[in-house]
Formats: sequence, C-alpha cells, structure tokens
Amino acid sequence: MISSYAAGLLAEIGIASIAALSVYVILAVGQLSLGNAAFMACGAYTASVLTVEHGVPIPLAIAAGAVVSGVLGLVVGFPALRLRGIYLAMATLGFGEMTRSFFLSLDATGGAAGYSGMQRLSLGGIWAWVLPLLALVLLAERSRLWLALNAVRDDETAARLLGLNTVALKLGAFSAAAALAGIAGGLFAHWHIFIEPGAFNLDRSTEMVLAVVLGGSTIALGPVFGAAALALAPEALRFIADWRLAAFGAVLIVILLLRPQGIIDKRLLRALKP
Amino acid sequence: MLLQQLVNGLTLGAVYTLVALGFSLVMGVLGILNLAVAELFMLGGYVGLTLMLDGQPLLVGLGAAALFTGLLGVVVERVAYQPLRNAPPIAPLLSTLGFSVIFQTVATNVWGSDPLLLPPELMDGRYQLGSISVGQAQLVVMATAVGMVAVLALVMRHTRFGYGLRAIAENRDVARLLGVPAPLVTSGAFALSGAMAGVAGVLIGLHYGALTPFVGVEVGLKAIAVMVVGGTTSIWGVLLAGPLLGVLEVMTVAFGGAAFRDMTVYGLMILTLLLRPQGLLGRAGGAQRV
Repeated sequence: MISSYAAGLLAEIGIASIAALSVYVILAVGQLSLGNAAFMACGAYTASVLTVEHGVPIPLAIAAGAVVSGVLGLVVGFPALRLRGIYLAMATLGFGEMTRSFFLSLDATGGAAGYSGMQRLSLGGIWAWVLPLLALVLLAERSRLWLALNAVRDDETAARLLGLNTVALKLGAFSAAAALAGIAGGLFAHWHIFIEPGAFNLDRSTEMVLAVVLGGSTIALGPVFGAAALALAPEALRFIADWRLAAFGAVLIVILLLRPQGIIDKRLLRALKP
Repeated sequence: MLLQQLVNGLTLGAVYTLVALGFSLVMGVLGILNLAVAELFMLGGYVGLTLMLDGQPLLVGLGAAALFTGLLGVVVERVAYQPLRNAPPIAPLLSTLGFSVIFQTVATNVWGSDPLLLPPELMDGRYQLGSISVGQAQLVVMATAVGMVAVLALVMRHTRFGYGLRAIAENRDVARLLGVPAPLVTSGAFALSGAMAGVAGVLIGLHYGALTPFVGVEVGLKAIAVMVVGGTTSIWGVLLAGPLLGVLEVMTVAFGGAAFRDMTVYGLMILTLLLRPQGLLGRAGGAQRV
C-alpha cells in the first residue's frame, strides 16, 4: 500500500500526462495551443454534472465529457484552423480566457464558488484511463496517419499536393486533442472532487505546454516525462521553495536554446537501449 | 452615468494602448509575440509605484519604470529572441513565456501576492465637469499616454532609429545591405517596447489605486487583443482599438455584468482574427498568418 501522499503525486502525474499529450497532438500538425485548459474545463464540468446530478457512472461520464470536448474542438477548430502559428496561439489564448469567464458566470455550476459533490476515483481508476490512452497515442505515432500529420507540420502545401486532406488532418488532430484534454478534466474533477473556473486558467494551459517542451515534443514519452518532472520538481526543488516557478521558466529557456526538441527524443531512447 | 463610464473606459483604454504598442513594436517589426511584455508591464508598475510611495515625484517614478523595463526588454531580446531568430516563430513565443513565469515569480517574492495599495491621498483630487467627475489620476493616465504615443510617433517618423525599424519591418536583409545596424535597432525595439509597457504599469496602478503580481495576466494580456483588433502592423489601428476596447469593457461591466468583461474583449479579438486578420486599419495582406 502506498502512502496517500505518493498516491496524490502519481494521480497528478497521470492527469497532467494526458493534458500534456493534448498539447502534443496539436503540435504534431505544427500548431501551438495556449488554451487547452478550456477543453479540460469543459470535460471536467460535463463529467461532474453528469455524475452528481444524473447519477451516471464515472467512466461513462468521463467518456461523455471527452465527446463534448471533442465536438467543441471541432466547432472551435473549424474556423480557428485558418489561422497558423502565433495567430492561432493568440486565438486559443483568447478562447481559454473566454471559457474560464463563461464558467465564472455560469450559476448552474456554482460560478466562482466552484462545484463539488463528485465521488472520488481511486488511483487505479485514474491510471486505468492513463495507460490505455498513452498506449493509443504511442500506437498512433507508429501509423501512417502520424506521418501524414507531420507532413502537414513540415509543409502544408506539399502535403496537399501529395493528396493529403490537410483540413481534415488538422481538424482531426485538434478535436482528438480536445477530447484528450476533456478526459484529463474529467479525471481531475473526480480526483480533486472539487472544481472551480480558476483551476482551468492560463497557468494550467502554460503548464501543459511546459511539460511538452521540457519533456520532448518529438515523441509521446516526452510529454509524459515532462509532466512527471513538473509534478515531482516541487519536491526536488524544496530548497528554493518560493522560487521554483522561476526555475521552471529558466529551465524552459535553457531547453529551448540548447535542446529545442526537449529532453527525450528518439536518439536518446536508442542510446539508452542495452 | 454614460459619460462617466466613457471617461473611465478611455482611461483604461489609454493603458491598453500603451501596452498594445509594446506588443506591436516587436510583432510588427519582427513577426514574433513577446509574451514577456505583459509582465514587464506589471514590473514597471511595481518599480514606479514603490518609488512614488517612497515620496518621489511622478516623473521620477515613470522614468525609473521605463528605464528598468526597457533594460529588461533588452535582456529578453538577448537571451530569448536573438539565439532563436531563425527558429519557427513559436520558439521565441515559448522562450518569452519562460521570462513571463520568471518575472511573475520575482514580483510575488519581492512584493508579495497581496495587493500593493496606494494611500488614498496620492492623487485624490477630482474635477467636476458638468455631470461627470474626473479624477486627478485619470488625467495623469491619459496625459501620459498621449505624451508617450506622441514621442513614439516622432521617433518612428523622424529619427534614424525609426527609419531603421521600418526598413527592417519591410525586409531585414535589404535593410542590412543598405547599412541599417540590424542588431542594434532590434535591441532598440525591445527596449522601447519594454519601456512603453513599464510606463503603462505605473499608470494602471494609479488608475486602480492598487497593484498585484497578477495584473500582467489580467490586464496586460488583454493588450494582445487590442493589438490584434487594431492590426498588428498598424500604430494608428492600435490607437483606435485601445480606447475602443477600454470603453467597450467598462460599458460591458456597467450594463452587462462583470462576468462578461473578458468575453467581450477576447471575443472581439477572435472575431477580428477570423474575419479581418489585418485588423481595423491594417493593410490587406499586411498580416501574414504564419
């Protein structure tokens, strides 16, 4: 039996990994989202309302949250994917802040006071979602589909000339990412058994991006490693207590300068193999 | 009531305009979003107001804030932009995000996360103009903003630095061939951008009578919306969009409820990005969606 403290850390790592993977999937088509906390909020609130007010079983409710987030991803993504790079990043940042303020003003879910009453998931219940999803992304990464996504990232015009449906690919990636973030939100809600709009702010979106950039943006194990590192770092950095966020910022800059692909990449994995 | 809100909106709009000009100086010239500007705005406010609480006059506070955040702007440029100049534009966006996190942590540790409150007797004069009452702080905010914009316009139009900046915005390589010292001018753009944001930070503190380390996220980032609505390559567009969004925000709070405040501002930004990506006054084709 592990201590409740260790269990808390492991649950955080699982949830943050799924959230970070949602940024990673959009990055596969070369786009950066600074608003994925919005999809997380959407999944969290949908799942929580379903379990608390309609007595839906937790796994079903989380799946429903994923579907709602995924559809929202389609609706938002369709116009947004005309934008690229910085412009898409700015639009997603705005979308994230808008969603947060939507939930702040939504009295049905408690507004700023937050929403509670959920049943708590066990640690095993969390990882029963995390492991299959991670496996799914790892498998997807080895498929032709992923090559197509990366082709869109590298050169959209060339990808289109090769006969790839770039709009469908980008939209699919965006929607899948939104669904992933939605699941992370549902898990978050049923682990913390309390949610408030402030939990899904820009800091949360930034944290997801940070995990991907630190851990590695070229292979799915990277975001998971990054999420784990971010969750464990407060322990390791206890001696600089209040300054540890500044340390993250500094590490982010150093990584971008020295190792833009992130800490983990294919070459490192190959080198580590016995 | 309506006129009173208009004055309040214009005051907020003046602050937005300055920060948005800080964003757009770098965005318009180099095509990158320097996210650290929002936190330079916050730091400038702390530096300026700390000095003023110490009894220094307004001008010293404003000058020190501009100098401090201007220098930090150059640090951001040297560390987070120059090495990544040839990387995709997302890379400097992330590295300046790193600086944002650092600046916010520093402010929280140095000044604490409780609001820094200004004593009520600092700039408490009010002037009655018919039915509306204008605070001394509001006048200072608007006058300073107008002054800063005038200085910026003069610098851009009548100095070698301004010519160089505009030349680099058109084409960096050609500008260098023609003898523009590109690295120096780029540093200058970051310095000016930081200084504008820093001065705006002092102004927001005077306007609200308080400052928190989170003002960069709450107010500073909205200036990105102002820049987009005005047009990322157009100074005049920003001058129009700043007051417009300031008034719109204050009116939304007064007549619709505070909860819709952020939705109006960011909603307008997203609509602009989708329907008119070059902004209100931007040239068609001027904004490249990359």
